[in-house]
Amino acid sequence: MIISVASGKGGTGKTTIATNLAMSMGRSVNLIDCDVEEPNAHLFIKPESITRTIATTFVPRIDTERCTGCRACAELCQFNALTVVGGCAMVFAELCHSCRGCYEICAEAAVREDFRELGEMIRGYRDQLRLTYGSLRVGEAMAPPLIKQVIAAGKDDNPTIIDAPPGTSCPMITAVNQSDFVLFVSEPTPFGLHDLTLAHETVKNLGLPCGLVINRCDIGDEGLRNYAHEQNLPVLLEIPFDRAIAEAYARGILLIDHDPSWRPRFLTLYADISAMMSQPA
Amino acid sequence: MKLAISARSSDLGAEVDPRFGRAAYILLVDADSKSFEVIDNSANVNAFKGAGIQAAATVCDKGADVVLTGYCGPKAYQVLNQASVKVVNDVTGTVEEVVDTFNAGKYTYATESNAEAHW
Repeated sequence: MIISVASGKGGTGKTTIATNLAMSMGRSVNLIDCDVEEPNAHLFIKPESITRTIATTFVPRIDTERCTGCRACAELCQFNALTVVGGCAMVFAELCHSCRGCYEICAEAAVREDFRELGEMIRGYRDQLRLTYGSLRVGEAMAPPLIKQVIAAGKDDNPTIIDAPPGTSCPMITAVNQSDFVLFVSEPTPFGLHDLTLAHETVKNLGLPCGLVINRCDIGDEGLRNYAHEQNLPVLLEIPFDRAIAEAYARGILLIDHDPSWRPRFLTLYADISAMMSQPA
Repeated sequence: MKLAISARSSDLGAEVDPRFGRAAYILLVDADSKSFEVIDNSANVNAFKGAGIQAAATVCDKGADVVLTGYCGPKAYQVLNQASVKVVNDVTGTVEEVVDTFNAGKYTYATESNAEAHW
């Protein structure tokens, strides 16, 4: 089972939930940090035996001897990554979405395979947990290609927890789309409710079952709970606004290590999700 | 000489559009006779990405010798450079004034783009 932890708003506690849920389980588990623009799960997991791999993606390279300037590739490309100037195609690799359409369509075999570096994939271990995360190359504009590779490398038959990037755009959708269940984390404030609503609408469109963790549950107003009730979005865990929890977080200490009474609560959270998944919809 | 000038409307009295790739119109003006052809650039105004590349490829195809505009980004510049089309940046005024200033030899050709790439 793959559970992704998502939120519309940043800073609501996705990483807190993902890391503590994964480390509570006491069995072989994968944790994948998909926030490739700002990965931080490793700060709490402190993995060992780290390996790093460079991740790349296809981009076209034009064989100028063969190119006849027929424009088939430029007309096919929906992202203007190819244009024809002076009778020869020209590549803008940073606009390429790696569909390989140009490579397939070229009748002259003038489009050759080249690669653009996306960033790094990093793998490490702590106890029975295997952490995989990505770090986007500075200057790379597109996160989804790296996120896809990180998920492919990070999951296997063991339970997998995905820490999704914030927001509701392509990186977030790429991260949650392959999961079986989406666990939202929000806070009971107008901002929290607004952005959770956007994220929930997005996930409803993807047709994925979901639940809610309310972080800093004792601040704000009733709007978030009312929304969850109206939407039949089950509230699976609540975490209070506690200075000691924030201090432990700031030092990179897991909630379950700071206060071991949280471990059974995360185990219950996992059991509740498993139970929801085994019920017929 | 065929001049490609980014413009806010489609006549010689039009103000120069400071943007090249997302200009409303690009006027192709014959520097001697001032006869001109209008390129409707509206397809590129709202392009998701690559507006400069497309606009640059279009003026290259139309046989322009010089592009005169406000800001020319790095990708458009790369295309124009490939096709040996010269670029004049930081151009202001009306299209007709630009043609006159060009004919008076008062412009300097750019050696690089003068705007950052944006996403």
